[in-house]
Amino acid sequence: MSAALDLFTCVSVSAGAFFFLAGTVGLLRFPDPFTRLHALTKADNLGLGLVVLGLLPRVHSLSGGLKLVLIWLLALLAGAVASQLIANAAWSRRSGK
Amino acid sequence: MIEAFDLGLVLLILGLAVWTLVARDTFAAVAGFVAYGLLLALAWVRLRGIDVALTEAALGTGLTGAMLIGAATRLRRTEGQARKQHPGLVIRVLAGLLAACVTVALAVAVLALPDPAPTLAHETAENMAATGVGNPITAVLLAFRSMDTLLEAIVVLFALVGVWSLAPDSLWGGRPGRRHRVDPDGILAYLARILPPIGIIVGTYIFWIGADSPGGKFQGATLLAAMWLLVVMAGLADTPRTVSTVLRVALVAGPLIFIGVGAYGAAVAGAFLGFPDGLAKLLIKLVEWALFPSLALTLALIVAGAPERRRPE
Repeated sequence: MSAALDLFTCVSVSAGAFFFLAGTVGLLRFPDPFTRLHALTKADNLGLGLVVLGLLPRVHSLSGGLKLVLIWLLALLAGAVASQLIANAAWSRRSGK
Repeated sequence: MIEAFDLGLVLLILGLAVWTLVARDTFAAVAGFVAYGLLLALAWVRLRGIDVALTEAALGTGLTGAMLIGAATRLRRTEGQARKQHPGLVIRVLAGLLAACVTVALAVAVLALPDPAPTLAHETAENMAATGVGNPITAVLLAFRSMDTLLEAIVVLFALVGVWSLAPDSLWGGRPGRRHRVDPDGILAYLARILPPIGIIVGTYIFWIGADSPGGKFQGATLLAAMWLLVVMAGLADTPRTVSTVLRVALVAGPLIFIGVGAYGAAVAGAFLGFPDGLAKLLIKLVEWALFPSLALTLALIVAGAPERRRPE
């Protein structure tokens, strides 16, 4: 059972790390703010989500697990708001030109 | 494996520090500084200084980062002009020499430290029971070295006085910062409605747990200040007038109660800030509770800035 959980952690955290890597490559390679934001949200949402999912079997208490999930939810909220604000600013700058 | 992580972390911190220094664009340098601070917080976690890590993340990175972003935004208009004025070769060489001297002096000082480093950790651990708190950092900050903490709280207050003093005479006493006009149905206003309840709970929790675990009033107060600033920036509330008596009383209440507790110690326990036996934990709690709201308000107002709006006649 514990070996299966370890395997689950390994796979999930690795997958999360892959999304962070992909998001970073996208941030560096994509041509404009909107596509770059698209790449970033993959790292925030999926990457962090998978890392948290992988760490959940390793927490010692229910409150510890809930804190991890709360961190992910807060990152989702902050990411969504920041992306909207940046996209709005980029959009109005482009329309202004 | 963990050594590889530490090595990578150190290299990243050094790289980011250099990048922040050489970045030509002020805004990019600020972004670099914020990332640098977060990595530094991670380094403190690795050194098991969780209290320091929390302070670095909240104050050193979050609050300072917000102030620097504000400053960078203001400097943007004049930045091109300022960049044209190249300092002469002599000035640059002298500045480089001065910086190198400081670095060498710091390196020499670090290398000259006695090994093992002198420590009071044993004395702290032995005497902690007398204070009644479980977190050694809190015991040091509020019992063994409470004078430092008192002066810190007063320094923060002086910093706010310094910020306010930047206001021209005609604007003195007005509301700090610009009036933020934001779409009331927009995403920022939405965040400013959703996040503060969570932030206030987390901030109060960090403050509350500081007696026995990593955390404390400075870190918690920073979170509260951030929540209030978010509400102000979303245009849902406005900063108070700096002439307001209520505001000024709230600002000095924390340090004043701290001084009052100190005077009580002088009268009863024979030393300023000395805590009589049995009352230590109660008095520490009293000081913490008094400082927490004052600190949150002071920190928020430091970021909000100097009064810059004309008072409506």
